[in-house]
Amino acid sequence: MNTPAAAPTAAHAPPPAAHATTASSGALPRQIPMPWLYLATLLLGLGAWAVAAALSSNQLFPSPRDVVIAGWQILLDGSLIENAKASLLRVLAGFVLGVALAIPAGFLMGWYRLARGLVEPWVQFLRTVPPLALIPLVIVALGIGEDAKIFVIFLASFLACVLATYQGVRNVDNTLVNAARVLGASDLTIFARVVVPASTPFIFVGMRVALGSAWATLVASELIAAPSGLGRMMQVATQFLQTDRIIVGIFMIGLLGFVMDRILLWAERRLTSWQEVRA
Amino acid sequence: MSSAAISVREATKVYVTERGRTVSLDRVSLDIARGEFITLVGPSGCGKSTMLNLIGGLLMPSSGEVLVDGKRVTGPGPDRGVIFQQYALFPWLTAQQNVEFGLRLQGLGRAQRAERARHYLRLVGLQDFGHALPKELSGGMKQRCAIARAYAVNPSLLLMDEPFGALDALTRVQMQDELLSTWQQERKTIVFITHDVDEAAYLASRVVVMSPRPGRISEVIDVPLPYPRNEEIRLSPEFAEIRARVWRGVHHHREQRSIQPTIRPTEATTQGDMP
Repeated sequence: MNTPAAAPTAAHAPPPAAHATTASSGALPRQIPMPWLYLATLLLGLGAWAVAAALSSNQLFPSPRDVVIAGWQILLDGSLIENAKASLLRVLAGFVLGVALAIPAGFLMGWYRLARGLVEPWVQFLRTVPPLALIPLVIVALGIGEDAKIFVIFLASFLACVLATYQGVRNVDNTLVNAARVLGASDLTIFARVVVPASTPFIFVGMRVALGSAWATLVASELIAAPSGLGRMMQVATQFLQTDRIIVGIFMIGLLGFVMDRILLWAERRLTSWQEVRA
Repeated sequence: MSSAAISVREATKVYVTERGRTVSLDRVSLDIARGEFITLVGPSGCGKSTMLNLIGGLLMPSSGEVLVDGKRVTGPGPDRGVIFQQYALFPWLTAQQNVEFGLRLQGLGRAQRAERARHYLRLVGLQDFGHALPKELSGGMKQRCAIARAYAVNPSLLLMDEPFGALDALTRVQMQDELLSTWQQERKTIVFITHDVDEAAYLASRVVVMSPRPGRISEVIDVPLPYPRNEEIRLSPEFAEIRARVWRGVHHHREQRSIQPTIRPTEATTQGDMP
């Protein structure tokens, strides 16, 4: 790490020439580089938190230092890694299953009127029901094991991704379909070589929303008698009023979600760099 | 008649919408010989795009028929290349891959595809841009790439729907000359839509003037100027005269309507279904 103290002063200096030339076409030469802004807002937030904690008379309001210590403790005893791993595996299983089913379902809905008519009402209906509300039923149907938790995450991911994929297929430019048709393409070829690539940007948006939904559902899913997991860890901490540990859990979920989102974003940039609109 | 490359016979196209019926094309007949360069010109709503889509097989006539090489058109096919105003390049494929798209559908091997694509990119002057994505090409270059893509599958005719409509005036003139030179190197029957009188007269061996509501052919004007055409022809009095005839053909129809209630004598049969 560079010295963070240097950032605020350097932020006012004109950026080096390299930034001006490599920046995207819309950027003005005198703009502050994005990473510096990120760092500045992070430090600002931490500072505000530290000040608020110092001024607060509430003993359950932990300072950043308390949280770091609590995090360090559960990192050393191994429970943080174990819980994070359990949660990560659940999210991954639910997310991968959800997306793997949502993409073909979305394509079918977008391409075939019959599939649209049969599937869409269910999707629209379930979409408005919070996964949390389904948990009692899921317990009755699947018990309190791992299946139930993964199912709830799966459902949340599926619903988010299926609509985006469907929209993507509906949005494919008809001129491109005609262009392929006049070059002699069959329906199957048009689907594979035009509809699939043209809707890829939408699918990625759907996957990123699905990932957010998956993490959001995680804590709720771990209400179902979970032996481990970040949600479980936070619930136990709540019972013992360990607010510092709760904040460690929040940070872990945020961090893991952020890293997974960056991986998706990276894949998206690589696969859809052909798009005209890219800031 | 059957020797014509394209034969449009009494073709009518009626669109039925919530607001009622629109007669886009009203019993239009036209024969186009092999190797002709036809421009269709007329105000919007005259049915010129409908006519092109009927020949391309992207639309079916409500009545009448369209024959291409003596065979009735029942759908699109690689024997009829179409070039769209919006270029319609696949944005995720490079220029080279776009040109190869149709060749791959014809089952050509990788080496053959690449060679033919390179040939046609060279023909339109894009030999150095094979690896460029459409977003990296200018409007004129995109349309040249689309022309190469249409040419590569070796169709017997090319249908062009206002291909230069979105380009600036200078690029447009340049593209017209390039299209003519490409056409002279590999002769195809071309049907070219435009609403630009200059463009219609400069490119065509025959200009077909259409009029709207309902869409009909109001006049067919022969252009007896030789190819290759160049600036000298563009500025000649003979060209000016033909251009003036096309101009009158496009604008006269409207005037006549506003001054005299009668429509052209050839189309005088009353239309009971007109709103």
